[in-house]
Amino acid sequence: MRSSVFFLIAILIGAAVFFGVTLVKNDYVFFAGYVILQFIVLATAWNILGGYTGYVNFGTAAFFALGAYSTVCIHKLYPLPIPFLILIGGLVSGIVGFGMGYLTLRLRGAFFSIATLALAVVLQTLIVNWDFVGGSRGAYVIRPATAPLIGNYIEYLFLIMLVLAVLAITTARIIERSQLGYGFAAIRDDEIAAEASGVPTLRLKLIATTLSGGLMGMAGAPYPYYIGYLDPTSAFGLAYAVNSIAMPMIGGTTSWIGPLVGALLLGTIQQVATVTISSAVNLLIVGILLVAFVIIAPKGIIGFVQDRLRARKA
Amino acid sequence: MYIQFDLLVGALVAGILLGGFYAAVTVGVSISFGILDIVNIAHPGFIILGSYIAYIANQRLGIDPIAVSILVLPAFYALGVLIYQIYHVSFEKRGQDALRGLAFFFGLLFITEVALILVFGVDFRYVEASYIGPTWHFGIVNLPLRLLVPCLVSLVVLAVLQLFLTKTFIGRAIMAVSQDQLALQLMAADPVRIKRIAFAISIATCSIAGACLIIIQPVEPSIGREYIGRIFAICVLGGLGSLPGALIGAMLLGIVESITSTFYGPSWAPAVAFGFLLLTLAFRPAGLLGR
Repeated sequence: MRSSVFFLIAILIGAAVFFGVTLVKNDYVFFAGYVILQFIVLATAWNILGGYTGYVNFGTAAFFALGAYSTVCIHKLYPLPIPFLILIGGLVSGIVGFGMGYLTLRLRGAFFSIATLALAVVLQTLIVNWDFVGGSRGAYVIRPATAPLIGNYIEYLFLIMLVLAVLAITTARIIERSQLGYGFAAIRDDEIAAEASGVPTLRLKLIATTLSGGLMGMAGAPYPYYIGYLDPTSAFGLAYAVNSIAMPMIGGTTSWIGPLVGALLLGTIQQVATVTISSAVNLLIVGILLVAFVIIAPKGIIGFVQDRLRARKA
Repeated sequence: MYIQFDLLVGALVAGILLGGFYAAVTVGVSISFGILDIVNIAHPGFIILGSYIAYIANQRLGIDPIAVSILVLPAFYALGVLIYQIYHVSFEKRGQDALRGLAFFFGLLFITEVALILVFGVDFRYVEASYIGPTWHFGIVNLPLRLLVPCLVSLVVLAVLQLFLTKTFIGRAIMAVSQDQLALQLMAADPVRIKRIAFAISIATCSIAGACLIIIQPVEPSIGREYIGRIFAICVLGGLGSLPGALIGAMLLGIVESITSTFYGPSWAPAVAFGFLLLTLAFRPAGLLGR
């Protein structure tokens, strides 16, 4: 399937989802749907680096919070429309991702992972000490009463996240089928061999880190308007990091469809568990599922299904 | 800025004591990451687990936290054996330890943290012992026993481990396992068994480190995350797989952190470790005493 055709189909599915949800006439569906869509973007973004090149990023929360806090910062200076905020958030996170990658990607993969973990702690320290964006007390972001075009603000946020999700998934699929994607796969399978065959590994890894970090920042940018009150502890919550790793791992890391399946599945389970049990228990479920899947089904659901289909043909 | 002399001396002394404690926190990772090349980022989670065990025994039975940690050493050793066994069968054998192994340990870290939150809540917990209150004074030098005892305990742990690694057959085999597994087999030592022992020892140190941690400061489940940056910064700074290097790195980090929090405020201290880590990775990835 050509990428343009895929993009059109993705847009059509997105539109169908939006109108389907509008039919329900219940704001809660938009609130819950927003969270799931946000996880689709985060999981897809994580997978561009983690799944395609094999470099594990534990700092999803850091990139996400960077996007969210750039929104808070700009909101205090001069409120811009959300699409601009998303671009700015993406830019900030992308630049930080590039800087991190430049310093640590020349070393073994483990060092990059550890550095991303530490990055989250340090950015949180910076935000806690920065009074302009609320410090440790957090910041209130008053959401405008009405949204452009649609009117209902939560529907507007939902639509924006839906557009982001469609863009993220299309980007991931384009990368997968391009020369860039083959380069990434070569790095994942055997970096030394790739380097020896003339794949510009450092440059490719930097592209992946920047893209992935940027997308995470874009997912974070509308978040302050969604939540209304942003504090460092919730913005840097470990839940983002765990979910964005668990979703691709459970769905399958080699193609764009894995993170999508994982995010839909885990996101829905968590929405249900948060309402019915408690939010701490649902995090425990995610952790246990992650460990169980990496041990038992290392290729994820998609890999498992593919293996089954292949076995039936043979 | 005018720097008061006695304040500086105080910060230096506190930094050295803190550094000794950091060495105990790091030594396990020095073994698992530095020697075995197993990136155990769940290590701080097990340290917090050790803290909570010391807390329970101290509150319920009134036992000294350090004594508790020594009593439960075998249990932590067994936990280490179990985790290594799972890791070996699921990742090392299949040859895909990089990506999924990291995710595995990250999941473990997360599970210990959430489980502790579910059981104990997010309140800060602390222990009681005779040496937690008093401070020894020597002129302008203050030695709070709360810092001195963990520092001495961890120096003992470090010395014992260094002797074990350099003088005994198994210790030397552990040092050799990352370099040449075939040669090890020719010496009639099973590399997997040696790795299992080494990893179990690295987890066992969490028990003592955890007890030291809860003596130094009140503990809550998510505090472990702050230590990930510190541990790996020290490990990399000192040079992977070198215990004396870890001690030097820990002392350096302890001193710089202590000075930072004395003169700029404690909320900045966590950023120091990351600065160290990035600078080391950028300029001298082999560390100070790297092989």
